[in-house]
Amino acid sequence: MFQTPAGAAEEDSCPMERVILYSLLEPRGSGKTMYGMLQRIALSQICLLYSQLLLSSSCMLTFFCFLQLLNCILRELLEVKDINKNVLPVHLNGLLQTDDRIALKEITRQLNLENVVGDKVFVSVYRSYAVCFVPLQFIACSLFYCSFQGSFAENLAFLLEALKKGDRSSSRPVLFILDEFDLFAHHKNQTLLYNLLDVSQSAQAPIAVIGLTCRLDVLELLEKRVKSRFSHRQIHLLSSLSFIQYLDNVRSQLSLPQDFPDTKFHDEWNDGIKTLCEDQLVVDVLQRHYSSSKDFRSLHLLLMLALSRVSASKPAIKPTDLLEASRVCMVDSKANILHGLSILELCLIIAMKHLNDIYEGEPFNFQMVHNEFKKFLQRKSHSIHNFDKPVVIKAFEHLQQLELIKSMDSSTAKIQKEYQLVKLMLDHSQIMEALQKYPQCPTDVKQWAMSAFG
Amino acid sequence: MAAQLQHLGYEDKKLQRVMERVPCRDVQASTLLALMGEPEQCSYPSIFIYGHRATGKSHVMHTLLKELELPYATVSCVECVSVGLLFEQVLLSLFGSDSASLLSRSPSLSDFVRVYKQLCVQASAKQTRYIVLDRAELLRNMETNLLPAFLRLQELVEDNVTVILLSEIVWDKFRPNTGCFEPLLLHFPDYSKGELQQILSEDSHPSYSPELYSAFINILLGVFYSVCRDLRELRHLAALNFSKFVEPLEQGKVKEGDTHKLWRNIEPHLKKAMQTVYLREVSSVQWEQQLQMEEKEAGAVRGLSAHAHVELPYYSKFLLIAAYLASYNPARTDKRFFLKHHGKIKKTNFLKKHEKTSNHLLGPKPFPLDRLLAIFYSVVDSRVAPTASVFSQISSLVTLQLLNQVGHDDQLDAPKYKCAVSLDFILAISRTVSFDMVKYLYDFL
Repeated sequence: MFQTPAGAAEEDSCPMERVILYSLLEPRGSGKTMYGMLQRIALSQICLLYSQLLLSSSCMLTFFCFLQLLNCILRELLEVKDINKNVLPVHLNGLLQTDDRIALKEITRQLNLENVVGDKVFVSVYRSYAVCFVPLQFIACSLFYCSFQGSFAENLAFLLEALKKGDRSSSRPVLFILDEFDLFAHHKNQTLLYNLLDVSQSAQAPIAVIGLTCRLDVLELLEKRVKSRFSHRQIHLLSSLSFIQYLDNVRSQLSLPQDFPDTKFHDEWNDGIKTLCEDQLVVDVLQRHYSSSKDFRSLHLLLMLALSRVSASKPAIKPTDLLEASRVCMVDSKANILHGLSILELCLIIAMKHLNDIYEGEPFNFQMVHNEFKKFLQRKSHSIHNFDKPVVIKAFEHLQQLELIKSMDSSTAKIQKEYQLVKLMLDHSQIMEALQKYPQCPTDVKQWAMSAFG
Repeated sequence: MAAQLQHLGYEDKKLQRVMERVPCRDVQASTLLALMGEPEQCSYPSIFIYGHRATGKSHVMHTLLKELELPYATVSCVECVSVGLLFEQVLLSLFGSDSASLLSRSPSLSDFVRVYKQLCVQASAKQTRYIVLDRAELLRNMETNLLPAFLRLQELVEDNVTVILLSEIVWDKFRPNTGCFEPLLLHFPDYSKGELQQILSEDSHPSYSPELYSAFINILLGVFYSVCRDLRELRHLAALNFSKFVEPLEQGKVKEGDTHKLWRNIEPHLKKAMQTVYLREVSSVQWEQQLQMEEKEAGAVRGLSAHAHVELPYYSKFLLIAAYLASYNPARTDKRFFLKHHGKIKKTNFLKKHEKTSNHLLGPKPFPLDRLLAIFYSVVDSRVAPTASVFSQISSLVTLQLLNQVGHDDQLDAPKYKCAVSLDFILAISRTVSFDMVKYLYDFL
């Protein structure tokens, strides 16, 4: 995919004659947009560190960083001279352009079809002419739209008019890149998508629409008329990485580039990385990460955490750094929250666990939990945990605030808080594990949790 | 205290000052600092910090950013009722006062990103900008695209910016269903008992020795630690009760070294405080007034919940009683309770074992209006005409939230209600009209 468009570009000065919707499909976070972010961070960090350690230059801070796979391709494309002058890229993001109106404004803005002064929208005739979006005959049309104030219908009409006036031979091609494509499919009537794809299918201005999405079923979201105009070309970026490749990737990600100024440090660092990647401890850690997810973003997170431990006094990554970083990544956050609860709150959770066991996951209310808790207190002669009911309610509400228990019915204000049905959002094993780790847990509470019968 | 916080990008003096201001949080502070890197370096796009209330999340973040003089914006999501306010605050604190005027009146996220980019080009900072969003769990209730967009803001605005989310709730509850950019998760663990002791002992009273204050804190934690680990709450309680603790010293009854006697003096007092001040039954001002008035026993002032008594009209009282009976008694027992000649009902049949005492555990059941009126006529001695005033009293009981209407499908025809008052409340009411409530309740038979 890297080669094809670029190669095509070289032999043909107008590569986007046909309209293609490249739908880049892959799970979120496998690097379709954040390509090499870590590399950038890591390198800049290492370099700064290095510059302060050894010499006082800052020339090496100019790194070539590719933010996106797509950007790589674009850059390749734009390197070809004809294309650079010719193509107009338009970037849209489904997160930002939440409806067609905003998207349309953004398109006009990015095509330089208007100047924005304050909140007034003016059309600059000369700019749009200069863009050469549509050749000479377009001037008349834009003069007509000189006074347009930017209502949705007018904007759309204007844009469509502009696109329709174009033809294959004379107007400049426009490249639409729709990030988070699935969100565009949720717009009302899918007007924008319909119009873009319609222009692409008919003999109007040459445009290419590239959608990026993480949903495999994205075509099911499209309306029938929209779907029929889509060229059904899909590119799936599914990660088919073996563990060996994964390891190679780690090595290459951590290594310093060839054009690094100080060769001595460069060699030292890269050798260090090489031995690091052969360490059994590191391989185990990476294997564990590989089994949980193959995407690069979580790998970057891990390496970033490990790299942040590198300092002037410790200028190399140690295997233990990676182990520590993996511990931070893999930690169960609910166990962390359980660790910070007070004894009373823990007792309530145990009572809820018993209720769950007895009634097989039926929802319960505070009154039942309190009853269960009282039963425990009665069986103990020395009850240090003898609290008033309001204090227990306060503890219960705190648990609710932490979303460890979730209210079952939506109308919370309607019912007295003692009788609101709730559900425990914790697993049996999570509770038992938290109990083992709890600092200075009273023995009777522990035994109560173990006992099967309330 | 391990004050060996070192970083190339910052002066030692500043770091030292940070460390002094964040007791027991040096591990977290240094981790954060390592992740932030030097001011010029590119930082991770988003960091999610979670931990219990009062574990110093905002404090550490704020101290770090302020003392190290980094460009940052702190926004509390509670204040931001609309996204526009949020954007405005971020732009104001990052780019100065005239920046927010570039936003339109009700800005969309797209506008925000555009304005940010525009300002960023004008004032390109050498340092990483930080946006700290406090109480980030409220972001979930705002527009759905807001949270995913903030998580990858660095990429969207193409600037060296890091978004830091602070919350009490774990990240699992935040993740949108189509996924998003995963932030870096950091946990702020709770303070251990020793750490709480250390932090609380820091603000000692000027006219007494620190050791005495520390001993007081020790006693306080002994009482409250099993219930409450919230530092702010404990600090509040400590400040309120210290004057009571040193009272015997002032009167000259006890010497400072005699901790046992001091403990004997304060302990019942603290237990009382748990029932009153901790639950906000009695306000702090009232509590302090009580302390000054010696003769008055602490807790003698009636708290908020003691004022539960409500004056109601005669029929309203009976309507409420009838509603309570209808809610907590099963319908098949009505015949036995409210009919004079109910024929033969076997006692064994009547008292089914599994239903015993379960009604006050499960809560009120809904009942139709007819049943309420039938019970009402049965419990009221005199003959009552079903006038408009009786019906209007029912609906006004609903507006007072003593009754709840369930299932809003039908307003006029056969509405259903639930009784929403506690047993103590209804017992008090029935006592005023000399009605024996317990005799009619199935649970207490």
